[in-house]
Amino acid sequence: MNDAVPKIHMSGVRKAFGSKVVLDGLDLDVGVGESVVVIGGSGTGKSVMLKCILGLLEADAGTIQVDGEDVLGISTGDRERINRKFGMLFQSAALFDSLPVWENVAFGLLAQKRVGRAEAKEIAITKLAQVGLTREVGELFPAELSGGMQKRVALARAIAADPEIIFFDEPTTGLDPIMADVINDLIVKITREVGASALSITHDMASARKIADRIAMLFQGKIIWVGPTREIDQSGNPYVDQFIHGRAEGPIQMAVRA
Amino acid sequence: MNFLQPVGHLSLALLATAGRLTLFAGSAVAHVVRPPYYPRMVLRQMVEIGYYSLPVVGLTAIFAGMVLALQSYTGFARFSAEGAVANVVVLSITRELGPVLAGLMVAGRVGAAMAAEMGTMRVTEQLDALTTLSTNPMKYMVAPRLLAGLTMVPVLVFIADIIGVFGGYLVAVYKLGFNAGNYLQSTYDFLKTEDVVSGLVKAGVFGFIVTLMGCYHGYHSRGGAQGVGAATTNAVVSASILILCFDYILTEMFFAR
Repeated sequence: MNDAVPKIHMSGVRKAFGSKVVLDGLDLDVGVGESVVVIGGSGTGKSVMLKCILGLLEADAGTIQVDGEDVLGISTGDRERINRKFGMLFQSAALFDSLPVWENVAFGLLAQKRVGRAEAKEIAITKLAQVGLTREVGELFPAELSGGMQKRVALARAIAADPEIIFFDEPTTGLDPIMADVINDLIVKITREVGASALSITHDMASARKIADRIAMLFQGKIIWVGPTREIDQSGNPYVDQFIHGRAEGPIQMAVRA
Repeated sequence: MNFLQPVGHLSLALLATAGRLTLFAGSAVAHVVRPPYYPRMVLRQMVEIGYYSLPVVGLTAIFAGMVLALQSYTGFARFSAEGAVANVVVLSITRELGPVLAGLMVAGRVGAAMAAEMGTMRVTEQLDALTTLSTNPMKYMVAPRLLAGLTMVPVLVFIADIIGVFGGYLVAVYKLGFNAGNYLQSTYDFLKTEDVVSGLVKAGVFGFIVTLMGCYHGYHSRGGAQGVGAATTNAVVSASILILCFDYILTEMFFAR
């Protein structure tokens, strides 16, 4: 970590749904140009963490800062301005099925009225090329694409407006191992090309090892371990060891009959 | 006193829903008037509501007019008051049946589609994706639909009024043997501007109700396919009930003196 203001700074973030506490004092920083991957089991609040940063959910307590600016409880206008720094790849791709692929990719540009439609289409096609898709794909509708192609289009959409921070929500879930690796390579390549910081959540260790500079483990609403990717095998943390080796026995007890 | 508990629960739930709905409506209206605007989205919804609902609303109107002429004739013939048929047809259509039937048809056609589309967008994270692309879903999805409902349902009802009166005319002239000229003359004599205007105001309110219910239930749907199904049902049922309820309230405001 350098001394500069981190891109994203979270401290003591709490979020509960009714009596169910999901985030319980979460602390995490993402540095400029850094790729941080948060690992953790299903239902540990990884997605909730992302949604709190994006403003889709309002955290109950704590601090979330983007470029040193507090983003908890800001106005809708400020939120839209902050969100322009973000790109987000959703787990389910979340493409707009009423729009053709190129309009999906160019959506953010068109919405901000930064460019005209013709120019937006050209940008969309270059972004599609960056993720290995042809001009012809741009004319199709999302429903006509395979899962892997939808993920790529979603990736192109996430980077279309040249974001400063990109969020990846389970980027490889639901893909075959080869396509998963293709997506991982694209993520590494593209975040480097765009020079963006990245915050990803996943439970796919192969993916985490490939795209992360640092890995953080989320358990029971707290970050229980964080360190450089190469140190994850020597973390000395029994929770991390159990998770990365995928053992059923260990300190983490899965609630099978919840 | 355990039987009071469900009563209390129900009342609280009802008030909470009314509150949420009011806040949703207020925020949606605020987004209609404040920029940025999405004219393409508004236009698309206007075509969807105004143009593609025409066949179903037109068919409803022509049969309503025809049956009205037939029914009122058999009723009035007992008092030798057949001359009132034209009067009954034109007033019933413009004041009541035009707006109410068109409203109910649009609720079934458009309100259901809106709830299903928005509900699916909610459960597949497309509404969240809009937010991350600096686009407020209330502005991009809800506001254009409300605006289109508010403006296009009156247009639909205006056309339905004409078709409905024409349906009555067809039955009166070709089946019941009225003189065409006399029938049209008495239709024209009885009709006052406020009959049509009151119907069009109702139509605007119904259009707002239908699109608001479609958007509200779709926007707040949760769960998977089941949640979207429930949202669609709730949108149509609540819109239909509110249409009949507001129909009475508006009639009271216009005509009870």
